[in-house]
Amino acid sequence: MGRIESRFSDMRERGECALIPFLTAGDPNLPTTEALVLAMAEAGADLIEIGVPFSDPTAEGPTIQRSSERALSSGTTLRGVLKLVNNLRPKIDQPLVLMGYANVFLAMGERNFAEAAKEVGVDGVITVDLPPEEGGLFFDSLIECEIDPILLASPTTPESRMAMLVEKTRGFLYYVSLTGVTGARKEIAAGLEEAVSKIRKISEIPVCVGFGISTPEQVAEVGRFADGAVVGSALVDLIEAAETPGPAVASVSEFVAKLKRALR
Amino acid sequence: MADLPGRYGEYGGRYVPEVLIAALQELEEAYPKISQSSEFRTELEDLLATYAGRPTALTFARRMTDDLGGAKVYLKREDLAHTGAHKVNNVLGQCLLARYMGKRRVIAETGAGQHGVATATACALLDLDCEVYMGEEDIERQALNVFKMELLGARVRPVSSGSKTLKDAINEAMRDWVTHIRNTYYCIGSVMGPHPYPMMVRDFQRVIGIEARQQMLDVEGRLPDVLVACVGGGSNAMGLFHPFIEDDDVQMIGVEAAGEGLETGRHGAALSAGTAGVLHGMCSLVLSDDDGQIFEAHSVSAGLDYPGVGPEHAYLRDIGRATYVTADDDSAIDSFVYLSRMEGIIPALESAHAIAHARILAPTLSRDAIMLINLSGRGDKDAPQVRDILAARHSESH
Repeated sequence: MGRIESRFSDMRERGECALIPFLTAGDPNLPTTEALVLAMAEAGADLIEIGVPFSDPTAEGPTIQRSSERALSSGTTLRGVLKLVNNLRPKIDQPLVLMGYANVFLAMGERNFAEAAKEVGVDGVITVDLPPEEGGLFFDSLIECEIDPILLASPTTPESRMAMLVEKTRGFLYYVSLTGVTGARKEIAAGLEEAVSKIRKISEIPVCVGFGISTPEQVAEVGRFADGAVVGSALVDLIEAAETPGPAVASVSEFVAKLKRALR
Repeated sequence: MADLPGRYGEYGGRYVPEVLIAALQELEEAYPKISQSSEFRTELEDLLATYAGRPTALTFARRMTDDLGGAKVYLKREDLAHTGAHKVNNVLGQCLLARYMGKRRVIAETGAGQHGVATATACALLDLDCEVYMGEEDIERQALNVFKMELLGARVRPVSSGSKTLKDAINEAMRDWVTHIRNTYYCIGSVMGPHPYPMMVRDFQRVIGIEARQQMLDVEGRLPDVLVACVGGGSNAMGLFHPFIEDDDVQMIGVEAAGEGLETGRHGAALSAGTAGVLHGMCSLVLSDDDGQIFEAHSVSAGLDYPGVGPEHAYLRDIGRATYVTADDDSAIDSFVYLSRMEGIIPALESAHAIAHARILAPTLSRDAIMLINLSGRGDKDAPQVRDILAARHSESH
């Protein structure tokens, strides 16, 4: 059983929703990211999503766009992110998932990347702009290396397609809560609970919800019906607001703990 | 040409976030149904004839031919189409499609503003809401086009992310589309993006090649030996080339922007210097570094200033059906002046790249050979920029 699968089966046994914080690797630099991930793990994160920066992140709102720009200006590359995972892996037992865009992963070569990612202990990969129709070779390479290719679904996904996505995804299904880009929203999208329960009817696969979830109240709400809640932009905002790494680690740690309390 | 729908060899496809998949499928289903209906075809043909000014002329470039001393040179005059470029063929098709699909809101990206002005024009004509994304840098450089779009009733949305140019405007338009997917039509400006856009835009631009083919037969009684067109995203070139693809004896040459020179890295030549990659929803040749980050393109001509290219061009290059060469900023400027003086036609800086290559190629061909150049747009929009460049050159030489 992979690290992601066993994490969700533990959480389901305890009847708890997983807290999944997201941050962009290399924002503002990789050593700070390492400290931030360790702090998130310590503060109660159940699984951690590490964004691989890309020059043209079409699914991101302004917050994560800016963090990608900061990460790229600090010279962050995919190889650097793999080194980061290599440093983190012996120190924490939470599953580590990379989230990024096709061109960055494919530039390294499908098999090369999958083998390198396995070597350092990556547990899953989410590729925002690689639907299963296009991702065959990449996803097969990941699966051969025992890494979960995690697929996304959205409110516009038709039922027949949803059946295909839950069949093909590994580890969990990432449900995009709204039609839009990443970033904090005042309200949780209408119909979210119903959408998740529809997926439950056709599959056992854990369903994690992301995009637009930023407060402890929203996390608690999502926690009532989903297997995981992803919080990204709210954390990235804290990193952006802190002028030095020390305060960033402190405020991120405090906020993750608050989010985790909302799920207990 | 492709093995699978939306595939051109290894290129093409649909590399988009999941939210967009359903919309692209809706478009893929609606497009053939609507575009093949006699109602749509009649309406589009009528607009092309009575509004856009088609067919555009085929002009024999007599003085240029004499001066170059080789092939007979003909110009397909897309500069004479309404809004001054071939862009209008595509936007009339797509905006009419949007209306048939019941989408009342149209968004578009624009670099220099040509596609934005064309889309704003079609939306005014067809009574659609129009928003155009444009990089902040481009807004500053192309203030007149911003005014034109607003005059035509469109809203111009400044884009401040990334390099603040065309590629970022496309990113932002895609973000808008993701957000307003249910009521919005995204009118892409070239033969790029996710399937079915490269196919659709090609189909709407094919009118260039279909007309030119018949005009050549009428005037010369035979097909041309070589076609020359500039390539940024590649829509004017694809529109000219595609109806000639089965004519094996017709050579097809696309001219990309070498900018300050391929060796400087400051260019827009994805076919000549790019690698296979994924950008803006398609797999194609792109300007990308070893780590998969996209470069900023560079060209004196804003319309060629794009770090990718339509996937079908990448395919035509790979199978050897078309060849792709480059012309740099200086030679484009020289050819801008050259065509103005020789033929009394001020070409768009984009089209001046095609002229630049033609000036090299034509003298090497026999006097019986026929060369057909797509003059994709007129150069009024570029006149102030070229004036400044020529003034700077002049002061340097003194």
